[in-house]
Amino acid sequence: MERNCSKPSRRSLLVAGGAAAAVLVLAPRLASATPQQVTAEIEKLYPGKALAEGRIKLDLPTIAENGLVVPLNFEVESPMTDKDYVKAVHVFADGNPNPGVATFHFTPMMPKAAAQFRLRLAQTQTVVAVAEMSDGSLYAARREVKVTIGGCGG
Amino acid sequence: MANPTPRVRMPTQAKAGQVIEVKTLISHEMETGQRKDAEGKVIPRKIIKAFTAKFNGKEIFRSDWHPAVSANPYLAFFVRVQEAGTFEFSWLDDDGSVYKTEQKIAVG
Repeated sequence: MERNCSKPSRRSLLVAGGAAAAVLVLAPRLASATPQQVTAEIEKLYPGKALAEGRIKLDLPTIAENGLVVPLNFEVESPMTDKDYVKAVHVFADGNPNPGVATFHFTPMMPKAAAQFRLRLAQTQTVVAVAEMSDGSLYAARREVKVTIGGCGG
Repeated sequence: MANPTPRVRMPTQAKAGQVIEVKTLISHEMETGQRKDAEGKVIPRKIIKAFTAKFNGKEIFRSDWHPAVSANPYLAFFVRVQEAGTFEFSWLDDDGSVYKTEQKIAVG
């Protein structure tokens, strides 16, 4: 019964109906990242750059039965030539204890800017993928994943 | 815990120019640093923090990992085979250990 990172505190919040912020801060749960932290991480990597939509196919389950092992599959549209390729893909999770998940560094020698791996999600949250192209342009995709059993490992 | 064992599944033969899928797996706890032991002490983080793929000695792909990557990390990706040679895959642990495995590919 160690995986209940956040659910009990949410229920008590509803029952109490009191100052939401105070209860969240005082409740015994893992500190978690926020969407603002993910935005801050992206800003640190690429200061002042805009994120465009599109080009990223980001596959994640809508509902993850087990937050310890959530499959993620991504592919970024690109000719993957010396002149035009995907340099990096960063994956973030906005509700985990820390926002960073993984970064993938591609070269024009790779035929596809694609990978499949498994991540841990502590609770229902949004996974964000950011792709950096060789010309400096950035693309982003987001998927919300509902998590029934959190994978915070606590 | 047994030494982390890397495993790779990929064809051993391909046509020149063919794109093949590489599936990798390594047994590793990926201790996040979030867990506490029975006495309430934090179990220190110990994860694999980087994966690198080289072909004939040249790096073609690498990945940096945070504790949010699942235990026994699975990673699949695609490579294009232009010539025969050797792929080398390596995993770098927080403690500095490097786990490696090689796969030869024939072209024809």
